[in-house]
Amino acid sequence: MLLIGERINVITKAQREAMQNRDPKPIQEIAKAQVDAGANMLDINIGPAEDDGPEVMDWIVKTVQEVAQVPLCLDTTNLDAIRAGLKAHNNEWGRAMINSTSGETERLNSFMPVAAEFQCDIIGLCLTGSGLPADANERAAIAVDIMGKAMEVGLPVENIHLDPLVLMLNGNQDQALQCIQAVEMFQALNDPPMKTVVGLSNIANTAPAKMKGILTAVFYKMLVDAGLTGAIIDTLEKEFMEVVRTNDPTSIYPAEHVEKTMRVMRGEIMYAHSYLDI
Amino acid sequence: MAVEILKENYTGKVITVEVGTGDKAVKVGGASALPFHTFEGDAGHRPLIAYEVLDALPEDPPDALQAELGAVWDDPVKWALYCQNDLKARAVALRLVSTDPDGQDASPESAAETVKKVLDAIDVPLIILGCFKEAKDGPVLKAAADAARGRNCLIGKAQEENYKTIAAAATSNGHKLIAFSNLDFNLAKQINILLSQADFDINNVLVDPTASALGYGLEYTYSVIERIRAAGLVQNDAMMQPPMFLDLAAVVWKIKEVKASEEDLPEWGDRSERSIHWEASTAISMLMAGAEILVMASPRAVQAVEQTLDQLMG
Repeated sequence: MLLIGERINVITKAQREAMQNRDPKPIQEIAKAQVDAGANMLDINIGPAEDDGPEVMDWIVKTVQEVAQVPLCLDTTNLDAIRAGLKAHNNEWGRAMINSTSGETERLNSFMPVAAEFQCDIIGLCLTGSGLPADANERAAIAVDIMGKAMEVGLPVENIHLDPLVLMLNGNQDQALQCIQAVEMFQALNDPPMKTVVGLSNIANTAPAKMKGILTAVFYKMLVDAGLTGAIIDTLEKEFMEVVRTNDPTSIYPAEHVEKTMRVMRGEIMYAHSYLDI
Repeated sequence: MAVEILKENYTGKVITVEVGTGDKAVKVGGASALPFHTFEGDAGHRPLIAYEVLDALPEDPPDALQAELGAVWDDPVKWALYCQNDLKARAVALRLVSTDPDGQDASPESAAETVKKVLDAIDVPLIILGCFKEAKDGPVLKAAADAARGRNCLIGKAQEENYKTIAAAATSNGHKLIAFSNLDFNLAKQINILLSQADFDINNVLVDPTASALGYGLEYTYSVIERIRAAGLVQNDAMMQPPMFLDLAAVVWKIKEVKASEEDLPEWGDRSERSIHWEASTAISMLMAGAEILVMASPRAVQAVEQTLDQLMG
């Protein structure tokens, strides 16, 4: 399982300041902590970085790989920064990954050739400009477009990690099952099966803090059972990593809560923040 | 060859709620099938349409309503009596607009006084609505609930910020409660769970999933109502089985199609006719979706909807 640690992120104040000041310490600390906790790839989210993207990415890739012997997932919309990161990346522990292209033509035309040029991995997010995908079929159709573009520019589809686009459960309950089904469908699009990845924490967005753990854990388990091969996660969440280790949410949460949460994910019980209390 | 009608089997049932007292008490809910699917199960009690009565008039009341109600609407008691005696209303919905802090900002005591006078005059069930400003509705509806003690009224709308106050006032005075959520069925369920956790009996709740006028988000309201009803009937979700309350009068009479003059938009035709049809069409859509109680303003629109109900209920 590809476990991509999500904690190096420009949204966090300390990380943002470290990026601005080129201060290696806070970044190296959290990089090392994530790898120690089980991450085998690290996401490097520098934001749009419009002014100095290439410099920041070059610096941070080298800084992180000094202490973390894992490949990196370069997370920015700034293509020049991605190029700089790919040049700086040490492939000794595996190929770098671009996070991400979508199914939008413009994005495919700009990001996919760079992935082909460096023969790196890339996340293919199943989203187009025309609104959120309605179901698993629409996601699969976008996936096919992404794979087609890869073939056109000479990137092996084995380098693509298809992301079904996880939406928050609260307000999009039907989409949880559609995501799980999309992960199943993606695999059938190629032989060997396509790789898949999700941004897992989205599922629990707007849920109360005490609910985030079980929602994330149960959804992860269901995705893994559907064949998921990768996830962007917080490896510093100890309870969640225990679920990853055992692939069993009941190692942490009561079995009846896990069962009920699975039914919520499948749409058999309507979600409400307090669904476990009744 | 005979056609065999496919039938859905429902595991749940809409809760039956009674409002009012004595001979004029009305029951709503009770359906064990989707709305008007009488071939699949019990359609439950006839939906209840309550006539809106305001305790203070807006500055520019719609001319369609002026023509129908202008002779009585200077006084909420006269208006309520007219609805009950002349229009044969099965229920009256008294909206305490005078309490709006951005308007007259009348006190909870004065609102309670009005409630008392109206209740002294009528014997059909009374729905008591605040001005729909969370901070003010708490004390106003508490005072109103006290004043209406023992009359089994329906009071609301309780929202996330004030439901505890209003629910407590409803419980201690023997009233039913309207639980409001803003076009969000997950939140509708959550509020019902919170009410249950606060020891409010789910059997005394009406869910208000937010009314929208035709052309102004009606399809969203429709979907939310459908989703709630499906959860209650198909998934047997106990928190989603209360009947539903839709406050049409509060939304229909504000929209452009009701307000725009014939001089400005002659192609839209007679404004009064247009307005009344708008309220009636919106109402019928809400009933199709699954609403049990509607608040409406125009007597002619109510009569049109009642006739439709006569046909649908058989």
